[in-house]
Amino acid sequence: MDQLLINLLNGVSSGLLLFMLSSGLTLIFSMMGVLNFAHASFYMVGAYFAYTLTNIVGFWPALVLSPILVALLGAGFERTALRRAHKFGHVPELLITFGLSYVILEVVQLIWGRAAVPFATPAALDGPAFTLVQQGGGLSVRLGAAPAELCSTAGALCSRFPMTRAFMMFIALLMLVALWLMLTRTRVGLVIQASLTHPEMVESLGHNVPRVFMLVFGSGCALAALAGVVGGITFVTEPNMSAVGPIVFAVIVIGGMGSLAGAFIGSILVGLLQTMPLTVDKSLIDAARNIGWAVGPDSAFYPFLKITLAQAAPILPYLLLVLMLIFRPKGLMGTREG
Amino acid sequence: MSARAEPFVGLRFTPHNVGRWVVWGGFAILLLIAPLLFRSGLAHTMLSQMGIAVIACLAYNILLGQGGMLSFGHAVYSGLGSYLTIHTLNLVSAGQLALPVSLLPLVGGLAGLFFAALFGYVTTRKAGTPFAMITLGLGELVWSMSLMLPEFFGGEGGISGNRVTGSRFAGITFGPQIQLYYLIAVYCFVSTAAMFALTRTPLGRMLNAVRDNPERVEFIGYDTQHVRFVSFTISGFFMGIAGGLGALNFEIVTAEVVGAGRSGGYLLFTFLGGATTFFGPIIGGVLLVLAVVLLSELTKAWLLYLGLIFMFMVMYAPGGLASLILMNLRVAAYGRLRELGWRYAALAASALVLLSGAGAVIEMVYFLQVDVTGGDTMRFAGVPLAPRGAASWVGAAVVLAAGIALFEAARRRFVRHWNGVQEDIERELRRRAGL
Repeated sequence: MDQLLINLLNGVSSGLLLFMLSSGLTLIFSMMGVLNFAHASFYMVGAYFAYTLTNIVGFWPALVLSPILVALLGAGFERTALRRAHKFGHVPELLITFGLSYVILEVVQLIWGRAAVPFATPAALDGPAFTLVQQGGGLSVRLGAAPAELCSTAGALCSRFPMTRAFMMFIALLMLVALWLMLTRTRVGLVIQASLTHPEMVESLGHNVPRVFMLVFGSGCALAALAGVVGGITFVTEPNMSAVGPIVFAVIVIGGMGSLAGAFIGSILVGLLQTMPLTVDKSLIDAARNIGWAVGPDSAFYPFLKITLAQAAPILPYLLLVLMLIFRPKGLMGTREG
Repeated sequence: MSARAEPFVGLRFTPHNVGRWVVWGGFAILLLIAPLLFRSGLAHTMLSQMGIAVIACLAYNILLGQGGMLSFGHAVYSGLGSYLTIHTLNLVSAGQLALPVSLLPLVGGLAGLFFAALFGYVTTRKAGTPFAMITLGLGELVWSMSLMLPEFFGGEGGISGNRVTGSRFAGITFGPQIQLYYLIAVYCFVSTAAMFALTRTPLGRMLNAVRDNPERVEFIGYDTQHVRFVSFTISGFFMGIAGGLGALNFEIVTAEVVGAGRSGGYLLFTFLGGATTFFGPIIGGVLLVLAVVLLSELTKAWLLYLGLIFMFMVMYAPGGLASLILMNLRVAAYGRLRELGWRYAALAASALVLLSGAGAVIEMVYFLQVDVTGGDTMRFAGVPLAPRGAASWVGAAVVLAAGIALFEAARRRFVRHWNGVQEDIERELRRRAGL
């Protein structure tokens, strides 16, 4: 029970991290029609910038500075390269961000090396956020670490939920609220929303739409970098961080291309789907035995049947993607088939 | 009886398309004599790989260039083709199947066709950007499967086989590389011809139409999804043939043949070669092997250079190398290439300065960062550099700065003149059209 709860929270926090990535991607996509293939690369760069800045100015300033620097990088890329490819159509736009992902990966390896860097959790975020104590059929919550004598008593089970994960959830929710307020309540947000649907009209009203695009692209990259800082202290800061890209793309297809609400639901769904099965060491063979089929090594498809759910966890998001495309091609919250 | 008189048979005359005979004859001769010109073992290995890469890039371009579909997971079809070919080869070796080795790539092709039909049913439901993302997702799916199913994919060590097996024809065992090269050359020629023929069929034309204006295609009664699906499976078939030949060539298949890196490579080089023309991917395939075999030997930073070249190509010449060649051929046809000659020379010389400066900087960073073997000096293009001292850095920076300034000056002059020449040609074309 307590383990299930911890798993659920882990899944939700992973999902929220995915949302920090997919929201930026969705924002850029719905506005400019550009799928930023290098989005996960900006996520990685955010973590590396924060690592270096932490050594100079400390973690908390780095949490703010790193996304700002990455936003500048992203805006610069939009201004110099993406805008030039824009006039050739959507495929070259996608291709140039694809090329950028190669370049960023190599440059990061050039500066910080191919191995992981020791990006340590700051002291304030070390240790567990709370501990679930299961004792005698009851479940209680202790903030911080539970006393050692409590956990060592017979019959008591302690499950810790790390502070970094809680921080990840906090930042993601903060970002969600801030993004929503900015898009719906501020002047800039209204201009952005208007440029989404009526770019010509916005332009004739005297707004500089290309500059709005640059702003949006930069902000999207900043969101990815913020996720990168949080992901960097929670997981490992390494060049392989950018491998999260395909998952994020799966998320926004599942949620429906260009829908922010869809991106949110898709992220949570995929986060849970990636995390929850990890503790289930059951395969289809066990399922078959339950309904009375004996499956041995000689049975047909034995190699497929013996894969446990934990082993299959990495492919579940993609399976969901395929199922979604077959049964609901526009995605969960999507509005158009395309 | 119809009133229309049959024309006199002797007057019916269809001219031979001489140019086409010359081009295809030349291609065949090139494939025939290439291993005689380059005789070393490395050259034969590379030529074999080039033949395979040419098939793969051309097959990829059925989607990218002719269909406007950007696939990020196309190595799946060549990779699964490789796997089924090597498993079939092992069945032949075990005596369970009587199939000549020369036909095994077709097994790979059929495997590619099958999986392309299976996965393409899902992917081709969408076009444009969603299509690209779904192919990426399916690529990841198959890649993850390869780790979960070691029985089929062979786990870390892969699956190996021996191509010297089965029935022999006229003493050809395919043991020596040169015999395999000619097998690859035959497949390469036939596949290229078949794929070129495809562009001349109604299906090929419809595919171009689906790329350019899908709405209009729907309006005149064609199903765009069906056109995409059929061309996707055809592309998968040729990818599978390339994969099967690859399995015979290396005699070992590891999981990386279905990986995202391989898919990205096909995409990069098809585009660099030129996706807008039919022959562009042939250049791309040759470059792919040159880069992977030679450039990666030369420098550790080759992926960085590749990414930068790719980005500049997308920005300045989205038609790839093929389009640059065609542009210059047009200039030459109007007799204007000569006046551009020395400007090209200036451009090349300044680019050389720029590249040597940038290259020195990049290589020194790599030396410090990646090369942990120790030592204080390295050689860059024959020049000894000391990356741990300041002198080499200052020198490289000066060369780089000078290179940037010179190149920019040369580029501006070149662009001005180039545009002038292009305008003259356009005017000439208009004048001729008006005549």
